Amino acid sequence: MTEHVNFHFEIDGENFTSAGEASVRIKKNLREMGFSPEIIRRVSVAMYEGEINMVIHANGGTADVDIYCDRIEIVLSDRGPGISNIELAMQEGYSTAPENVRSLGFGAGMGLPNMKRYTDDMKIESKVGEGTTISMTVWV
Amino acid sequence: MTVKELAKQFEYEILCVPDPDREVEGGYTGDLLSWVMGRLESGNAWVTIMSNINVIAVAALADPACIILSEQVTPDEGVLERAEVQGINLLRTSKSSFDVCAELASIS
Repeated sequence: MTEHVNFHFEIDGENFTSAGEASVRIKKNLREMGFSPEIIRRVSVAMYEGEINMVIHANGGTADVDIYCDRIEIVLSDRGPGISNIELAMQEGYSTAPENVRSLGFGAGMGLPNMKRYTDDMKIESKVGEGTTISMTVWV
Repeated sequence: MTVKELAKQFEYEILCVPDPDREVEGGYTGDLLSWVMGRLESGNAWVTIMSNINVIAVAALADPACIILSEQVTPDEGVLERAEVQGINLLRTSKSSFDVCAELASIS
């Protein structure tokens, strides 16, 4: 692969039925490109968690995945309420998900920690009332 | 042991098995999807009482050999169709999650 490939997704807010479709699509693309199962797993899990967060908290958003020969970059952007305390949000088990979301099996407070665990680099930029952008890199 | 053999040995109901010859390697149980997502390993049998469509998305990403719905839960509308499309093996039993895990442990 000499040039990078970009995939752009619009994440539909408040739609738990289609949540995860972008992640599954990326998983298939990476598999077709010949990436290792471990890299594919890390990227797709991190992205899925981001997708779910955008559905739960931000009424959707966008996901951009840039695939290079030596790394995969994922940028998730939303115009949701923002994260007031990022340090707290990064703690395992901390969640502000509403009860109806928890009944679906989400809201365990593992979303952001999983994203950090499965990527090599993760940066959160968030402004309360404006939105959140999360950039992640997985080195191949 | 394959998914087909597992279902036969422990009398699990077959809801959808697009890949019956998939080898089962260990198991995992959990209902909090993000928790499961971080720990479920490829090839595991995943025991859960969660029956909504997001279970299929988690399985499509984490790649278990099969999902075993315990406690006789009924899959939500569209789950079987999504499982078939995604190639996810889906079994069901009236046994508790604990009993299913004990059975999985007995063959590991």
